[in-house]
Amino acid sequence: MNNLTRMRGKYVIAGIGHTAFGKLPGRSTVSLNTEACRNALLDAGINKDAVNALFVKVPTSARDFMYGQKLAEAMGLRPKLGGSWDQGGAANVALISHAMSSIEAGQCDVALVCYADNPRSGNRQVYSRPRGDDAVYGWFSTAAGYAMIQRRHMLEYGTRPEDLGLIARACRRHGSENPRAQLRAALTAEQYLASPMTLEPLRRDDTCLVSDGGAAVVIMSADHARSLGVSNPVPILGIGQGQTSAELAARDTLTSTEAEVSARTAFAMAGLAPKDIDVVQIYDCFTIAALMTLEAYGFCPKGQFGAWAAGGRLEIDGDLPMNTSGGLLSETGMPGLQLIIEGVRQMRGTANLQVSKASTCLISNQGGTMHTHGTLILGN
Amino acid sequence: MQEFPQPEITETNKPFWDGLKQGRLLFQTCPNNHRWLPARDFCPHCLSEKVSFVESSGRAKVISWVVYRTAFHDAFKDRIPYNVSLVQLEEGPRMMTNVLCDSNALEADMPLQLEIQSEGELAIARFRPVEEPKHITKVTT
Repeated sequence: MNNLTRMRGKYVIAGIGHTAFGKLPGRSTVSLNTEACRNALLDAGINKDAVNALFVKVPTSARDFMYGQKLAEAMGLRPKLGGSWDQGGAANVALISHAMSSIEAGQCDVALVCYADNPRSGNRQVYSRPRGDDAVYGWFSTAAGYAMIQRRHMLEYGTRPEDLGLIARACRRHGSENPRAQLRAALTAEQYLASPMTLEPLRRDDTCLVSDGGAAVVIMSADHARSLGVSNPVPILGIGQGQTSAELAARDTLTSTEAEVSARTAFAMAGLAPKDIDVVQIYDCFTIAALMTLEAYGFCPKGQFGAWAAGGRLEIDGDLPMNTSGGLLSETGMPGLQLIIEGVRQMRGTANLQVSKASTCLISNQGGTMHTHGTLILGN
Repeated sequence: MQEFPQPEITETNKPFWDGLKQGRLLFQTCPNNHRWLPARDFCPHCLSEKVSFVESSGRAKVISWVVYRTAFHDAFKDRIPYNVSLVQLEEGPRMMTNVLCDSNALEADMPLQLEIQSEGELAIARFRPVEEPKHITKVTT
């Protein structure tokens, strides 16, 4: 057994918490984070005094100096370890990994990992910002980078809008049944194709929501969870990361990323393969991101997504239900911690759309324009 | 009308922007013949500090493109729809640019030639198809 596989199942997500999703005017990110963390501690059934690490992903739209310490102050915590971390939407998995490593190294015992932001009622300029000096060509916005990757995938593999629509339709169907979802409108193939293209080849319905909200998880060892009497801990079977890092023009390819490395690490740690996974929560900021993640992980042969996913494979009654609470396209556009929370619910058997007899759930996180990637595999 | 977006000109990238004003598109190289853009103080491959600017032939091909149908900046309001294209220079480095043709005529690997254009005081590297586009694919939306 190596260092990686020795960690299999040794750490758990002991508690989950979140705020309402959607438009929450007047709420600061500190307030949203505090609510999410309080709810996660309540869910774990532990007192805040048990927490000695606080890791927070920097709020995307409202960056702040020494943010981790401001949040600790608001919660009356004096953690041994803490701070805010920036690597886009893969930060959640990264911070869970940091928490596990820190606990393993004896530096702390219980870590809160959290995220909150308020771009919907606040400032969403971050998503339409100029992209460095390339703004002279009119290169603006987060969406444009995904549009560029999607076009190249269409050119290399013949990927069709209808194929990407299968992802949007699965997420929207699941979100339509989630009472907490921000967008509760199922989507037909015709509606998807009729969705406006403001940044070709992206359609509006390829694009995630902009949302206010917060989410948090509590990380500790399985042993510690037993000693604290945590009622419903969910074991972490595998975790991995990879960072493509470069801007699009500095990449050799647009259609492969370090998601492959991230998944390989997580599957190796878990001792599992794609065929062993019962349900997935795949980061769907744009449909192409989810499609390429399913390819990179080996669920789907590269370039054959449309045929593979046809017939509702990714829907709740299909072979590999995806984004069972609606994902970023339908539940909330928050960057990814909500996917981990839904994974925990699936493993506890308490999800709104529960996959029956699910014993493994894989979650992907990614950030920037596929710059960073994280993979988490949960069990029960 | 908002002012046209300006690059952040530094000691490092000044030769690139000055080169365009003189009608030359420059990329960077190192003694190991690595080649890249944008300009840096160290080679991103071998980390050598012996970097120099070399003139590109101006020949390139299309890798991918997007078409803006809404403007994210006032300076582009009168230009929509416009394309932003990722192109690969003959010498290897890739860069963002605009291809000067009907966006519906863009194709993968389409051969391009540099065309430097002025935007006020600024000179910008854009590209034009080498041949008249053979066909225009109508986009059905």
